[in-house]
Amino acid sequence: MRKSLVFGLFVLGCVLFLAALGATSEVRVSHFLAVSRDLSDITATLKLTDISFSDDARYTRNPSQADIFSAFQDYPGSIEHFPSGSVTPPPDFSSLGAPMKVKKR
Amino acid sequence: MSLNSHMNVLDFTLLSLLRRKFKNLGIVLVFTFIVFITGSILFLSYSFKREALLILKGSPELIVQRMSAGRQELIPVGRAKEISAIPGVSGVEPRYWGYYYDPLVKANYTILASSGSLSAGNRLLQGRLPGPEEKGVAAVGRGVAKARFIDMGSTISLVSSAGAAMDFDVVGIFESGSELLTADLIVLGRPDVIRLFRMPPDMATDLAVTVRNETEAPVIAGKIRSRFPDTRPILRKEIIRTYDAVFGWRSGLILTLFAGALVAFIILAWDKATGLSAEEKKEIGILKAIGWETSDIIEMKFWEGLVISLSSFLLGIILAYVHVYFFGASVFAPALKGWSVIYPDFRLAPFIDPYQIAMLMAFTVIPYIASTIIPSWKAAITDPDEVVRG
Repeated sequence: MRKSLVFGLFVLGCVLFLAALGATSEVRVSHFLAVSRDLSDITATLKLTDISFSDDARYTRNPSQADIFSAFQDYPGSIEHFPSGSVTPPPDFSSLGAPMKVKKR
Repeated sequence: MSLNSHMNVLDFTLLSLLRRKFKNLGIVLVFTFIVFITGSILFLSYSFKREALLILKGSPELIVQRMSAGRQELIPVGRAKEISAIPGVSGVEPRYWGYYYDPLVKANYTILASSGSLSAGNRLLQGRLPGPEEKGVAAVGRGVAKARFIDMGSTISLVSSAGAAMDFDVVGIFESGSELLTADLIVLGRPDVIRLFRMPPDMATDLAVTVRNETEAPVIAGKIRSRFPDTRPILRKEIIRTYDAVFGWRSGLILTLFAGALVAFIILAWDKATGLSAEEKKEIGILKAIGWETSDIIEMKFWEGLVISLSSFLLGIILAYVHVYFFGASVFAPALKGWSVIYPDFRLAPFIDPYQIAMLMAFTVIPYIASTIIPSWKAAITDPDEVVRG
């Protein structure tokens, strides 16, 4: 068999495999979208604000609700919870604007 | 030029590549690894962001916290009445929640007061939620249930801030499909949360504000801040943006870990592609001498770059997909999971952004082909005699 044909078949095989993965993605995403309605219902009913992704420490559990991200918060000598504690940026409150006005007496 | 002649050039290129198979195989392996790492990071962060966006779209439009000495404090429930009088606010509900460290399993739980029941037909809760005023019952997340070996009808015991043991009958367990949201949750009735944390009766953790029109939320937040300067309103938009940033940072961290490999590959590819070896120059000279046109040489080098970069790209992207969506990104798991005891066991939904794949392809395949063609073109336009003699 010609080498070019072998290469063409290899590329075609890869593309078809990717297309099959894409098709399974559609199925899995549509399943998730169905489940996400139930998840959103839980979020709305319990008024949750964060996902349970880093429950190592209380200051990494709800990143959107806290602004002090430092080590040793749980108790003196408590080790830093790497990487959750160090790669979590503080939430951005800049959009609130509202500069503080000082009234003259 | 007919299709057959293009195929002949491709045949010749593939044979030429096979003559230096170990060198080219090495490049394909490293190239595939780089695409695999970059692709995995892109898939992972995009899926996380999309999932977080979908899950958190039900969260409160506005949360009002009270700050004291730079730290969050309990907020007087009485403020809810004043906030609900602000035009545009449709409801204010106090939230009672907090953290509980369980020394038994060395895990942190999130304790939350129930504020209603889930919609009928919600498939993610086995059993039910405790009623808002119900006492002595709990619904727990799958992670808590696993850590404490709890089943429906079991009892979970917690120690209150007063040091007294409190027992709760488990009336609900969240299904594993909701672990990303509920793994460490324990939902109790409001009186039990107040007793567990010894919260003063007229105080809550924070206030959840519902607004009629979400676009007005920043204005309402501003009004709340000017009415209560010691408060910090948090918009839902900011909650979602926080997760965008969290996953952006995490992806950046992983990318940084592999930055060395990336730089090594760029050097390798650059060296291989731009600096033609004496053997390759000789090959070009001979081809020119036997009648190949400059365009044929360029076509051959184009095929050479395409075969290596396209094969690597396709293999890398397939491996990245399988790694992230079938094996739960096991290579990056330690960097993503952290030290938490109760870690949600979840499988990411494969949200794919075609734009990101196209960008990855553009940044890997095209530069490689370009860096292969340019030096070959330089060699091909030189006199064959000069090239062969070096």
